[in-house]
Amino acid sequence: MITLRNVSKTYHLRGSRTRLPFASRRDTPPRTIEALRNVDLHVPQGSIHGVIGLSGAGKSTLIRCVNLLERPSCGSVVVDGQEMTDLTAAQLNQARHRIGMIFQHFNLLTTRNVFDNVALPLELMGLKRAAIRKRVLPLLELTGLSDKARQYPAQLSGGQKQRVAIARALASEPRVLLCDEATSALDPQTTGSILTLLRDINQTLGLTILLITHEMEVVKSICHRVSLISDGELVEEADVGDFFTAPRTRLGREFLNDFLQLEPPKALVERLEEIPGERTHPVVRLAFSGDAVSTPLISRLARECGVDVSILQAKVESIQERTLGLMIAELLGSPEQTRRAIDYLESHDLHVEVLGHVQRND
Amino acid sequence: MSSAMIDLILQATLDTLYMVAVSAVVSAALGVPLGVMLYVTRPRQILARPLLNQVLGIVTNIGRSIPFIILMVAIIPFTRLVVGTSIGTNAAIVPLTLAAIPFVARLVEGALNEIPPGLVEAAQAMGATPHQIIAKVLLPEARGGIITGLTITVVTLVSYSAMAGAVGGGGLGDLGIRYGYNRFNPTVMLITVAILVVMVQGFQSLGDYLVRKSDRK
Repeated sequence: MITLRNVSKTYHLRGSRTRLPFASRRDTPPRTIEALRNVDLHVPQGSIHGVIGLSGAGKSTLIRCVNLLERPSCGSVVVDGQEMTDLTAAQLNQARHRIGMIFQHFNLLTTRNVFDNVALPLELMGLKRAAIRKRVLPLLELTGLSDKARQYPAQLSGGQKQRVAIARALASEPRVLLCDEATSALDPQTTGSILTLLRDINQTLGLTILLITHEMEVVKSICHRVSLISDGELVEEADVGDFFTAPRTRLGREFLNDFLQLEPPKALVERLEEIPGERTHPVVRLAFSGDAVSTPLISRLARECGVDVSILQAKVESIQERTLGLMIAELLGSPEQTRRAIDYLESHDLHVEVLGHVQRND
Repeated sequence: MSSAMIDLILQATLDTLYMVAVSAVVSAALGVPLGVMLYVTRPRQILARPLLNQVLGIVTNIGRSIPFIILMVAIIPFTRLVVGTSIGTNAAIVPLTLAAIPFVARLVEGALNEIPPGLVEAAQAMGATPHQIIAKVLLPEARGGIITGLTITVVTLVSYSAMAGAVGGGGLGDLGIRYGYNRFNPTVMLITVAILVVMVQGFQSLGDYLVRKSDRK
């Protein structure tokens, strides 16, 4: 439904903004900023794809390249089978009717009430009043705003405003919804209700959703796939379950650890050594999902491999329908025993990451 | 006070209202579009035309920098071309309007500048054309600011119209100078000033009321 191929965006800034009147242009050489570099992204019909990254990583530019609010410097953007970069201005406006968008700060018109805000895209398309009414009322119903139709945005809470924005984005019956940090300005509870609404829309209307966010919570609760953006490049892409089990990049692990608050204790980190010695034992991070969660693997490990397991931290997360167990543990035993223990865990579909080795205390 | 004097004051009041009303309406009709042009042709705006924008900006600034009393006599040939005469109330309306157009334009540009850029971006994402953005987003969202600007313009026009006597335009300011000052009649002076004060208060209150009605923030 959305395919970006080799998309790059470069900004040229001509010197600093406050140039002295008599300074020549040579004094302030042009600067270029590469906001996006060779981005490839494919979002299939009906899926929810999240792009996560720190601020300044290029998320906003990326999502704006999809509906050409930002024109890519090079590369191809295909939405619903249509190459966007080839369209004329008029064709682009037509194509944008098929792409809804919501924003961090809602961007509602303050001088229009809820009904008229939702009606705006339909007015732009030239629909008659009766036809507009027919489309707006069910959308207010869907977003739970039926009793707010005559109120103005200033009278609504943040969550209600975002619901109006969602209804407005859906009014032109788009195939794709772009969400630009849609929940970043909302409190956790409201975030939850907006995310639930987005998931419902995705399921009932089959709407394809591309969202950008800096919150793992958003990715965890509604995304099917996730891409990690850093410094204008997509550095990692995975199914959400896999990403939460075992991120492949350092940045991915940082995001995950930050989110799960699952770090080995500080005192232990200081004692960690990279290379195993004669008298060390490994500290491992275990991630397991599916059947492994309900199997008493740790006690079996002790029986079958003869190692003792000292659990430093553990937590169970549910990532949509999947249950994910996470644990940081020390494996106590001879090098041979601990090696066999790790093999045993991996053979039971656990993801094992050796964080380091610590000297034995005994 | 003689009834002739009262007639004079009444006539002068009507003249002032007439000059202010006509020049306010015409300068709004021309100044609002100019202000919109100044805004939308800026670099990175919806109809970015940086060169046109610079030209419009310079022309507007020239209009704003000429002192009104000089403008009034400098454009006499133009005034004669437009209204057929260079003296009288109608002749005063031409320079009043010409002075107010760039004034309105800059105030409108300022009001548009207050609109969060996100609103325009949202409209663009909906597939709005530049014309639709102006008609359905920019002008309605800036309505309060534009009314504030027009109120300031009307009040400024009331005070500028006092100089209309220089081209025989009549009005309260002219009456105050000729009878109140030149003929040492402090009563007339006081009355004209009092009427002007009431007039300005009235326009300001009307403007404030309209802003309140249009503002939903």
